[in-house]
Amino acid sequence: MKPTNTKDPEYYHKVVDCQYACPAHTPVPEYIRLIAAEKYTEAYMVNWESNVFPGVLGRTCDRPCEPACRRVRVEEEPVAICRLKRVAADNKGDVKNYMPQGPFQPNGKKVALIGGGPASLTVARDLAPLGYEVHLFDEQPAGGGMMRSQIPSFRLPEEVLNEEVNYILDLGIHTQFLTYVNSLKDVLEGGYDAVFVGTGAPKGRDLPKLPGRKEGDKFIHIGIEWLANVAFDHIKSISKKVIVLGGGNTAMDCCRTSRRLGGKDVKVVVRSPFDEMKASPWEKEDALHEDIQIIDNHVPLSFEVEDGKLIGMKFQKVRPVYDENGKRQLLPTDEPEVFIEADEVLIAIGQENSFPWIERNIGLDFDQWGMPVVNEKTFQSTLPKVFFGGDAAFGPKNVITAVAQGHQAAVSIHLFCEGKDLLDRPSPYTNLISQKMGIHEWSYDSAVIIDQRYIVPQAKKSVTLKDRKKEVELGFDVPTAYKETQRCLNCDVQTVFTADRCIECDACMDVCPTSCITFTANAEEPELRQNLLVPAENLSQDLLVSKELKTGRVMVKDEDVCLHCGLCAERCPTSAWDMQKYFYSVTKAYQMPSPLPAIQK
Amino acid sequence: MSYLKPLFRHPKLPKNKLGYTLKEYEGSLSTLCAGCGHDSISAAIVQACFELSIEPHKVAKISGIGCSSKTPTYFLGNSHGFNSVHGRMPSVATGANMANKDMVYFGVSGDGDSASIGMGQLVHVIRRNLNMVYIVMNNGCYGLTKGQDSATADQGSKSKAGSINPFQAIDLASLAIELGASFVAQSFSGDKLQLVPLIKAALHHKGFAFLNVISPCVTFNNNPGSTKSYDYVREHIEATSSLDFVPEMPEIKTKYDEGKSTRVAMHDGTLIQLNKLANDWDPEDRISAVNALQKARSKNEILTGLLYVNTEWNDLHGTLNTHQTPLNKLKEEDLCPGDEALKEINDGFR
Ligand SMILES: Cc1cc2nc3c(=O)[nH]c(=O)nc-3n(C[C@H](O)[C@H](O)[C@H](O)COP(=O)(O)OP(=O)(O)OC[C@H]3O[C@@H](n4cnc5c(N)ncnc54)[C@H](O)[C@@H]3O)c2cc1C
Ligand SMILES: Cc1ncc(C[n+]2csc(CCOP(=O)(O)OP(=O)(O)O)c2C)c(N)n1
Ligand code: SF4
Ligand code: SF4
Ligand code: SF4
Ligand SMILES: [Mg+2]
Repeated sequence: MKPTNTKDPEYYHKVVDCQYACPAHTPVPEYIRLIAAEKYTEAYMVNWESNVFPGVLGRTCDRPCEPACRRVRVEEEPVAICRLKRVAADNKGDVKNYMPQGPFQPNGKKVALIGGGPASLTVARDLAPLGYEVHLFDEQPAGGGMMRSQIPSFRLPEEVLNEEVNYILDLGIHTQFLTYVNSLKDVLEGGYDAVFVGTGAPKGRDLPKLPGRKEGDKFIHIGIEWLANVAFDHIKSISKKVIVLGGGNTAMDCCRTSRRLGGKDVKVVVRSPFDEMKASPWEKEDALHEDIQIIDNHVPLSFEVEDGKLIGMKFQKVRPVYDENGKRQLLPTDEPEVFIEADEVLIAIGQENSFPWIERNIGLDFDQWGMPVVNEKTFQSTLPKVFFGGDAAFGPKNVITAVAQGHQAAVSIHLFCEGKDLLDRPSPYTNLISQKMGIHEWSYDSAVIIDQRYIVPQAKKSVTLKDRKKEVELGFDVPTAYKETQRCLNCDVQTVFTADRCIECDACMDVCPTSCITFTANAEEPELRQNLLVPAENLSQDLLVSKELKTGRVMVKDEDVCLHCGLCAERCPTSAWDMQKYFYSVTKAYQMPSPLPAIQK
Repeated sequence: MSYLKPLFRHPKLPKNKLGYTLKEYEGSLSTLCAGCGHDSISAAIVQACFELSIEPHKVAKISGIGCSSKTPTYFLGNSHGFNSVHGRMPSVATGANMANKDMVYFGVSGDGDSASIGMGQLVHVIRRNLNMVYIVMNNGCYGLTKGQDSATADQGSKSKAGSINPFQAIDLASLAIELGASFVAQSFSGDKLQLVPLIKAALHHKGFAFLNVISPCVTFNNNPGSTKSYDYVREHIEATSSLDFVPEMPEIKTKYDEGKSTRVAMHDGTLIQLNKLANDWDPEDRISAVNALQKARSKNEILTGLLYVNTEWNDLHGTLNTHQTPLNKLKEEDLCPGDEALKEINDGFR
């Protein structure tokens, strides 16, 4: 193999598993260390700079970082990355001082943002400090998009959302709420230099053809519409017996909200097997904890209506069958149809995009599925002035993806307005600094703690079920949060190897607890992977390969299960290994002046 | 500074016949200087014991004084250990071995511990052919007391402070062969491919197995002009053979190139498979072994590998014809013949 090019900004980035998996690439270990040091404000700002909604995300993020956490590869559970983020938000001091301070010198450019969800708000935050005049339109009475209309208050208190939406709006954004945009053409004629579409995926799927659908209409609701009506206080109660159809996150929010609005006997009925439901495992757990029954492997057959009143639904039992490619089919079993009683039904079987307000003759192309044609890197549509991001761009995902796409769309809009090539994007901001404080002394806690993941306490069910706004999760208290921070392996503190210094004493290879380092003859990657002390079978993890050493061998380090314990560097007589902290911040239109204080122990 | 090694290990770490991984053979985190050759030898011992599936509680590690003699703390943490007095490891090992011959005895010593203060003890334990593995971690200096020349420092070798050693070196391997050690090998801490099979063979040898392992002292004797530095050793190393230790007697299928390949059968049916690099050397011939060592020395080469092995000589228990059951397991009734017998013996002197 050729020596690894560690100058490539992505090499060390990839070693920071959580950060790499995060769509917005939030510097996770950096903020975890700050929390451990009780520097909550700084920890918050590291998050805010990257993901814009630390308080919201610390409660509701889909957390793609957690399954990626290195810890999962050496023990059972990842670090509670998401819930630590909340600790920063809960305990922070005055953060506004660290944010860009308006009014900003206008740059003479004007942009329109359609939709006020996390994608648009991110674009607003990134463009406002550069002097853009930002106009934001949303049909709802306040900003936040689905974070406001869909995510229930018992998971995300309104104050938390308002606070973080306002940090952005306070940057001098011109808002026009309660304004439904019904023509893109009209907007384009409004003299904007660029337009961003962040209208989400607002249409809930229905079951229009299922027998009884029309007759029972009064008792049947589309999940996301119903949740929005609850959020905006248009709906305040539900009947005793409720069926929720679907197995995703919306279904979980619908059933749990039902329990709070008067639903006593709430059942989630889902086609797929329990383990394959789309909802996150922790959401299913929470639903079960609230006495909601989840009935899997049932396909709806009909709504049963008697005397104009819904009495329940019929279902066919199915069993999953998998072909050799693992593709699933749900085959009916020969068991009889199942009738389940219900007074009301919530349909939570998915969301769709819909753009009735975009004219099809203005040069903005749509594909065969009715989705706009959008460049995956630049987020530009076929109408150069118009950009998309969030759920509107590529279908429903989640808040953190909307934020990540918002950042990139903002970069594109800025390049576009400056007449530059959108594909020639500025590099990410990176920084690599030694953490050496003395011969065997590091500026980070290098000891590897074996504690198992700590559990976030919840409020009592008897309290939370009575009030839909009462937050269920209480968040970590400070002492527990500290213990949880210590589980982080500091994957951003990189093992940096300087081949010219190595005297091949083998000390690093001998001491490495997880057998990551091998000195061996060079070979092509597949063979080299097999020749290591423990074969490197996780192909998603890279090998760090040195240039040829004096004895003709190379140093090969398998990044897979390195604990970042620093022992290799401690036992190296020549400092051929050093522990160096890698900071990586994704390219943004407005790169904040470093909010990042040096870490002190 | 880390005092503890993290507890996590590679999840795919191989297991041996006992179901143990390397972890069960490790000791605590070394406090020797970073890069010390002794640590590599410790790692080789861990590897060899793991590969041979030795039960850790059946091993006793015995050492004298010195950085080298500290190493038993850093390997085989689940085994017995005795850190004795400077140069007195052989006496303690002899006593222990006499009391319980069912254990594996690892003697760990340094060139100071063995070739100076402990020389008298070393020569006698060799003569007695005590069943043990005796490793000298040889760095040509007294590492623990800050690097004074030891008796194995080569004449003309330069110390870190710049002085030239005026004295002849004691060649421990030649000495061991001369005194009748039944297994003698030489190696280098930086060559685990050779060292691990040598330790495994030594563990299976019944009798005194002597390993002189060059082990650079990275702090006090790794300077230019030293003949025990990493660079010097790497440049001057020559091997008698490449070898494999074969745990069980395999069926002999292939015919080996006579004169190049040799096998030595050990007492317990295991084999050392040697691929000879030096032609006029025969590992079972003492004279050829001494000659090979002398020749190498005249060419300024460091000869490594297995030098000499004799599987026929009795070990100390054999010579003394001790009881099959280890002494510490014999009961009072076995050891005390009773009044009648005593009376008979006494009567014999009347
Ligand atoms: C029930 C439910 C629960 C969810 N829970 C989570 C969760 O816990 N964690 C998570 O990460 N994600 C969750 N999501 C997904 C998440 O809310 C979305 O992926 C995210 O909000 C998308 O952001 P966005 O900016 O693309 O659009 P949205 O948040 O959908 O915002 C779009 C906004 O545009 C407005 N709009 C649309 N069309 C027009 C128009 N023509 N004129 C004016 N305004 C318009 C809408 O009113 C809306 O306010 C959940 C979704 C649902 C449905
Ligand atoms: C009876 C006695 N005399 C002298 C000493 C001082 N002393 C400690 S270690 C040592 C030499 C050790 O040299 P070596 O065996 O080569 O070990 P190394 O440290 O080089 O591995 C000496 C002389 C002592 N501890 N005890
Ligand atoms: S930091 Fe070094 S010693 Fe520790 S696990 Fe990683 S490679 Fe091994
Ligand atoms: S410890 Fe340092 S000098 Fe020794 S082999 Fe490892 S990198 Fe090279
Ligand atoms: S002084 Fe020399 S022998 Fe002792 S630990 Fe340090 S390097 Fe090893
Ligand atoms: Mg010594």
